[in-house]
Amino acid sequence: MPRIIKQRVEFEGRVEERNVVIEGDDLPVWPAGERFQVIGTPVTRVDGAQRAGGTARYTADLYPAGVLHGAILRSPHPHARIRALRTSRAEQAPGVRLVLSHRNTDAIPWYNGMSRIFDTELRYVGDEVALVVADDAAAARDALDLIEVEYEPLPHVIDPLEAIRPGAPQVHPQGNVLGGAPERYARGDVEQGFLAADAIVELDVTTPDVLHHSMETHGSVAWWEGDTLVIWDSTQHIFGVRRQVAAALRIPLDRVRVLSPFMGGGFGGKNNAGKHTVLAALASRRLGRPVRIVFTRAEESQAAGKRPRSVQRIRVGARSDGTLVAIDYWGVSSIGAYRAIGTPLAGPATELYACPNVRAETLNVFTHTGPAAAFRAPGYVEGTCALECAIEALADQLEIDPLELRLRNYAEADQVLGRPYSSKFLREAYAMGARAIGWERRALTPRSPVRDGPPRRGLGMATQLWGGSGSAPAYAEVRLNPDGTAEVRIGTQDIGTGTKTALTQIAAEVLTLPVGKVTLSLGDTDFPYSPLSAGSQTLASCGPAVRMAADEARRHLIDAAASLLEVAPEDVRLEGGRLFVAGVPERGLAIAELTGQIGNFTIAGRGFRGPNPDGVTIRTWGAQFAEVEVDPETGEVSVLRIVACHDVGRVINPLQYQSQIHGGVIQGLGMALREEHVTDPETGAVLDLGFDAYAVPRITGIPEIVALAVDKPDPIANNLGVKGVGEPPIIPTPAAIANAVANALGVRVTSFPITPAKVRAELGRRA
Amino acid sequence: MRVRVRVNGAWRTAEVWPGASLLALLRDALGLCGSKNACEQGECGSCSVWLDGELVCACLVLAAQADGREVRTVEGLTTGEDLHPVQRAFVEAGAVQCGFCTPGFVVAVVDLLSRDPDPDEPRIREALSGNLCRCTGYQKILDAVRLAASKLGGSSP
Ligand code: FES
Ligand code: FES
Repeated sequence: MPRIIKQRVEFEGRVEERNVVIEGDDLPVWPAGERFQVIGTPVTRVDGAQRAGGTARYTADLYPAGVLHGAILRSPHPHARIRALRTSRAEQAPGVRLVLSHRNTDAIPWYNGMSRIFDTELRYVGDEVALVVADDAAAARDALDLIEVEYEPLPHVIDPLEAIRPGAPQVHPQGNVLGGAPERYARGDVEQGFLAADAIVELDVTTPDVLHHSMETHGSVAWWEGDTLVIWDSTQHIFGVRRQVAAALRIPLDRVRVLSPFMGGGFGGKNNAGKHTVLAALASRRLGRPVRIVFTRAEESQAAGKRPRSVQRIRVGARSDGTLVAIDYWGVSSIGAYRAIGTPLAGPATELYACPNVRAETLNVFTHTGPAAAFRAPGYVEGTCALECAIEALADQLEIDPLELRLRNYAEADQVLGRPYSSKFLREAYAMGARAIGWERRALTPRSPVRDGPPRRGLGMATQLWGGSGSAPAYAEVRLNPDGTAEVRIGTQDIGTGTKTALTQIAAEVLTLPVGKVTLSLGDTDFPYSPLSAGSQTLASCGPAVRMAADEARRHLIDAAASLLEVAPEDVRLEGGRLFVAGVPERGLAIAELTGQIGNFTIAGRGFRGPNPDGVTIRTWGAQFAEVEVDPETGEVSVLRIVACHDVGRVINPLQYQSQIHGGVIQGLGMALREEHVTDPETGAVLDLGFDAYAVPRITGIPEIVALAVDKPDPIANNLGVKGVGEPPIIPTPAAIANAVANALGVRVTSFPITPAKVRAELGRRA
Repeated sequence: MRVRVRVNGAWRTAEVWPGASLLALLRDALGLCGSKNACEQGECGSCSVWLDGELVCACLVLAAQADGREVRTVEGLTTGEDLHPVQRAFVEAGAVQCGFCTPGFVVAVVDLLSRDPDPDEPRIREALSGNLCRCTGYQKILDAVRLAASKLGGSSP
């Protein structure tokens, strides 16, 4: 009998209460040392042939018969009111079928009621003004110029520190600070703590606006089949898109189907429906034809979300033996014009190290710039830059090895929520990583700045702390065909991480079938519910449900075989796709021989994700080590090697694990050294409108990356013992690189990205 | 305007507007969506195809320029169900994550190996410097190129 319990669930650095439906008992966790056939092996992508062959259909590849193309007119002003808007010239342009604006569209609330689908007050350069739908994309784009808009420019504010000054232009009537006040946290007495400190380090750290730049831009293709709306969306959450679009159009949920079978990357930027999704649906309803709206790369740069820039100040104090006595943290996250939730910048500072006295204050500040979005470990990448640079500066000041200092302050339990961790194998990650990089080679950081001479090497490290537990609800179905092949259906999405492959492995393992005999379908709201693919939660949420569904099918197989073989079910074994009587392998039959006798889908299973264990905090852990070479003359930083070792529970697929590590590290490296999304402080215009002006890392400049895994199952987190690996690898990379640069030169650049100019300036200032 | 191109061996005709790119012709008009549109700025290589045997960014070439010429796309590398060895190498090496960049990389690698069957690492990096991938961190792409080169055993693909 299903019952509902309340659970505290962590998601993207925030803890929330949630009602969780419990349908029955979960399966026991597969213990450490469990022997597997498929799990833990480097299975290649089950859909690799489609992706590499060019036959995979992404949303951007969808051109249904009769499709029309939409283009969006965006605000040229950071803050303005629309005084008048005339669309008649655009409507008469060749090929144009429809122009939508606030004048002919319902005032649908958007951004949690902070705005509308077409607002008359525009709050950033890129805010949506109108939509043109035409026979082809070029005609739609050309007609944008024919829409006449009279704007009344209003005062604007771009810099978050200016935005919190009294009298600053207001982005929203409620004020420029999200929630009206800073988020605060405290334990112990920080002032007393600093009095007991023998060494104190204070750092000002800034991180830039960073763009996701998924290779597939945001896009939606919508059409109506009778009164049912079908949407293909490049999204990380098909069920979320369904809910948002149904609410916006005020239609029942059972009249909306959302699909995303192939998705070209998200990194947090596609967690929600976009305005374009709703606009495609609205336009399609009016025109009775499919409508396709796919962002250009310039729109992706302007209006598709960003990791918001941060301004942080951190102070840490320790006794001479390295014991931390106080951490004082202050951070500002510049969340742009619209954002419903704050950035958890203070997460690392408050939880990573054992410290009795901690105080943190975070302000999430609205500005007249593009809306912030979650981006791969939101807040924690930025917050780790501050904390882990301060920790290494402290170690240098105390002349204690930075790894040793970290070990001396190892947190055995969660001090924020006051409860134990489900598991923590961070010591193992430190040890494996240190060995692989050769940490003992690290020279003492020079006492005075190295201003000239040949390029110098340095070693640095940083620690990763993040969630990734996953949680209920998530569901899956497994069913068997007469020929013994299996089908799995689950309404999750594979945003590029390899979800489809990992889940297929789990079903194949339980059914003892080769991976090639299991077909897993996802990316369709007709399938069982699954959560948002974010917060490193997909595998740990969906995987246990798939295991349970396959396990139910397996039990049905065994029961059916028992009656055929005329033995008790306890005496039937299933191995290698064969059901047989225990101890008498020749008395048995293949799965296909059984299912062949009983028909289509007569053997099936349904599985759910059980609740997370009570009273514990579930975390992923990791350590990264960077070796760099810095030229003191030019300030150029070359990263030679990164070693990454993470504890994310049991590894289902080591090949995909490595891929996630590599990709995360390189995104972290981009943020450390090059990537910066620039908004003109005067005009609010975005200065990087594509890859020409925004430095996504290229293959030419990438170092060697050694991806290691602790690979120990979490004993209680879920029935697989897994956690997520999507976000962990990006978290410590920028700090590890910054620390290596400091170790090389004896000066510390704490303004990211660490450009040659900043390195030279830092060396010069100390001259 | 009307353009006629020989795509993967077959002559195809389509009606496009005068400013349309070769990429728009392939994708919007001919339904060949293996070549991806990820920037339309010539900066990412996702749209890589061959025009008369020369590697180009299809987003930078006008459809009109391709009129009467020979175009080969990623779809032309697959024979029936069989992937090209370079495509197989990408899958086997784990160089495919979201896969949106993969067709462009595959075309660039096939082109590289046809000119240099056994490229050293600097040469691989140089040849792929115009292709962007946001997912893989490129490590496994380098592995894939080496794997493909060894599979092809130095023989021209
Ligand atoms: S789409 Fe042509 S280079 Fe990016
Ligand atoms: S695999 Fe996603 S962009 Fe390369």
